[in-house]
Amino acid sequence: MSKQINVALIGNPNTGKTSVFNALTGLNQKVGNYPGITVEKKEGLCKLPRGVKAHIIDLPGTYSLNASSVDENVVIELLLNKNDKDFPDVAVLISDVENLKRNLLLFTQIKDLKIPTILVINMADRMNRKGISLNIPLLEQRLNTSIALVSTRKNEGIQHLKDLIMDYKELSLKPCLDTSTIDAEYFKNLKNAFPNQDLFKLWLVITQDVNFGNVERQEIDLSQFKTKSHSELKRLQQKETIKRYQFINDVLKEGQTIDASKATGFRAKFDRILTHKVWGYVIFFIILLTIFQAIYDWASVPMDFIDSSFASLSDWIKNTFPPGIFTNLLAEGIVAGIGGIVIFIPQIAFLFLFISVLEESGYMSRVVFLMDRIMRRFGLSGKSVVPLISGTACAIPAIMATRNIENWKERLITILVTPFITCSARLPVYLIIIALVIPKGRFFGLSYQALTLMLLYLIGFGMAVFSAYILNRILKTKSKSFFVIEMPSYKIPLLKNVVITVVEKTRTFIFEAGRIILAISVILWVLASYGPGESFTNAETIVRGENPTLNTIELEDKIAAYKLEHSFIGVIGKTIEPAIKPLGYDWKIGIALVTSFAAREIFIGTLATIYSVGSADAKSGENTIKNKMAAEVYPDGSKVFTFASGISLLLFYAFAMQCMSTLAIVKRETNTWKWPLVQLFGMSSIAYIVALISFQLLK
Amino acid sequence: MSFTIADLKKGERGIITDISSNDIPLKLLEMGCLPGNTVELIQVAPFSDPMYLDINGSHLAIRKETAALIVIEKELNE
Repeated sequence: MSKQINVALIGNPNTGKTSVFNALTGLNQKVGNYPGITVEKKEGLCKLPRGVKAHIIDLPGTYSLNASSVDENVVIELLLNKNDKDFPDVAVLISDVENLKRNLLLFTQIKDLKIPTILVINMADRMNRKGISLNIPLLEQRLNTSIALVSTRKNEGIQHLKDLIMDYKELSLKPCLDTSTIDAEYFKNLKNAFPNQDLFKLWLVITQDVNFGNVERQEIDLSQFKTKSHSELKRLQQKETIKRYQFINDVLKEGQTIDASKATGFRAKFDRILTHKVWGYVIFFIILLTIFQAIYDWASVPMDFIDSSFASLSDWIKNTFPPGIFTNLLAEGIVAGIGGIVIFIPQIAFLFLFISVLEESGYMSRVVFLMDRIMRRFGLSGKSVVPLISGTACAIPAIMATRNIENWKERLITILVTPFITCSARLPVYLIIIALVIPKGRFFGLSYQALTLMLLYLIGFGMAVFSAYILNRILKTKSKSFFVIEMPSYKIPLLKNVVITVVEKTRTFIFEAGRIILAISVILWVLASYGPGESFTNAETIVRGENPTLNTIELEDKIAAYKLEHSFIGVIGKTIEPAIKPLGYDWKIGIALVTSFAAREIFIGTLATIYSVGSADAKSGENTIKNKMAAEVYPDGSKVFTFASGISLLLFYAFAMQCMSTLAIVKRETNTWKWPLVQLFGMSSIAYIVALISFQLLK
Repeated sequence: MSFTIADLKKGERGIITDISSNDIPLKLLEMGCLPGNTVELIQVAPFSDPMYLDINGSHLAIRKETAALIVIEKELNE
């Protein structure tokens, strides 16, 4: 009896669409990608009365059905394709009570597609404060729909919305206006050419060609039909927009009254400070500083805990289970590998906490506004700020966030330079090397170590801006620049939304990146535990023969080290050693360097695997990665991790393009291998040269 | 000589009269930038660019070069 009802949530950006989605589905949701494109697809299940279930899709935010980006295109493609398995039985249009007029534009378009549509007027709790009153029955009648007044903040109206979804069959299918009146003759010809098609749908398909050119033609073959020139069509679209607004104005004149005197001007007060020519920048800088301080200070506590817990777990496994190949694989490969993933959770969670609070509160748009002019000087856009800040978490979502940059050249440059920004994957590498080679001690109350970290962030940002400046000079792409950004009203972030974002992003990281990291850790362990030829298999006899006087423990250490050197991975490391020796690295670091081209975060995991394979004796407590690295020495007794080699490593990681997933995303977003290859070779050469110079100067 | 949004000073208002330039993106019209609507300049970033506007209740920011395409009739002092 219970058939699922397909529901699509549609709405302008900043209308609280995601809050409604979260309120309907709770944590019962999943985030994936639309096939072939990197647009996030959010869907979830909602329980309705009488055992009925609704399958809910949260479509990307859009201002109209005239798509100008891949994200918006998803909306129109779904709504035009009745055969899609997600085609909605009912559309729920989310509007914001303060921007009802603009939100209704999209509403009228969806109604004209003759899809049953419920109108949600969200943020109803703000009505009083803004002096807005609505005549709901009149609006329902004039718009031919059912309205749910919702406040996700106060958790009101959601039940009513569920009831409306349940009874979607009772919704009127009457369209709002007749588009054909904008050019009667043209639409008459269209009707004659395609007698079986819906006129508004035809019109949308034709105009998508103008705007985007990616909507599938489906069953409509337009090649036979003589259409109009682009500018003529654009003029008609303008006429359509004006006509829709006339209709909306007429409806709202009767259905909505705004008493401006009652409106409180929070927005104006905040804007006066937050977008101020001086204070705006000061506040932004302070916020950034706070974020970095928090990530360095707060995250390091759980990270140290995770690090030592996994080290003791690994010891425990070794001491508890019978020795053998599976115990070793478990302790040295799998546990070390999982530890290398889990250790990122505190930082990723903190970063997304800050980013989602800044986005939810409406502050991020003010940053875009403040930074646009400055960024444009470097060939970037104000909207590049969001990707560049997100880049401090991870380049992958950051590069996906460039989609709302309208200008292709600005967008391409943003994509190309974002990987220079210090992402969270570099952070563990930085933290551990800083702890090893930078002295403790303070400078004006700030620790040297924190200052070094701050400096590394600044170097990454500086390099991003500098290379953007160069690319802006080199790249010859002509494209019309245009830039529109909505300045939403300020809101206190909803805890539920923030928590869901943080949980969701962290979960994605663990499962997406984690899989690769774990797989590589296991492969590494195998490569380190087996080797070619005689010298590996007969390691014990050879070492025993060479050192007849050593006691058992020393002997076992020697054997383990000898084995590692002659394992597969040892051979690889030895082969590249001449190339990295001038940078101050030994062959073990070389191996970590090579594996980090898959993902930077593997560096620590690799060293952990190599060092734990390389030492037979594991005293618990002494066994953290940091202690092992500090104890690493060359055969002559000098330390491997010195100030010079440490700085050289830090700089190498600051500049090198070591992340397969980022390269894959860049390929997808730019639709060619050219740009990811430019990044891989360009950035890695810069890294090599800078590390070389710094080591030679400092050693 | 015709006035455009780019000529507004902070706090000043005008009424949009002409949006016929082909370079004005459709998205801007959809956000409410249509003839007959009032526009108020709320705030400018350094060098008056971009410009933060209230167009008929829609709050948005556009660059000066786009603002210079939208012809307005300046509202006299109230």
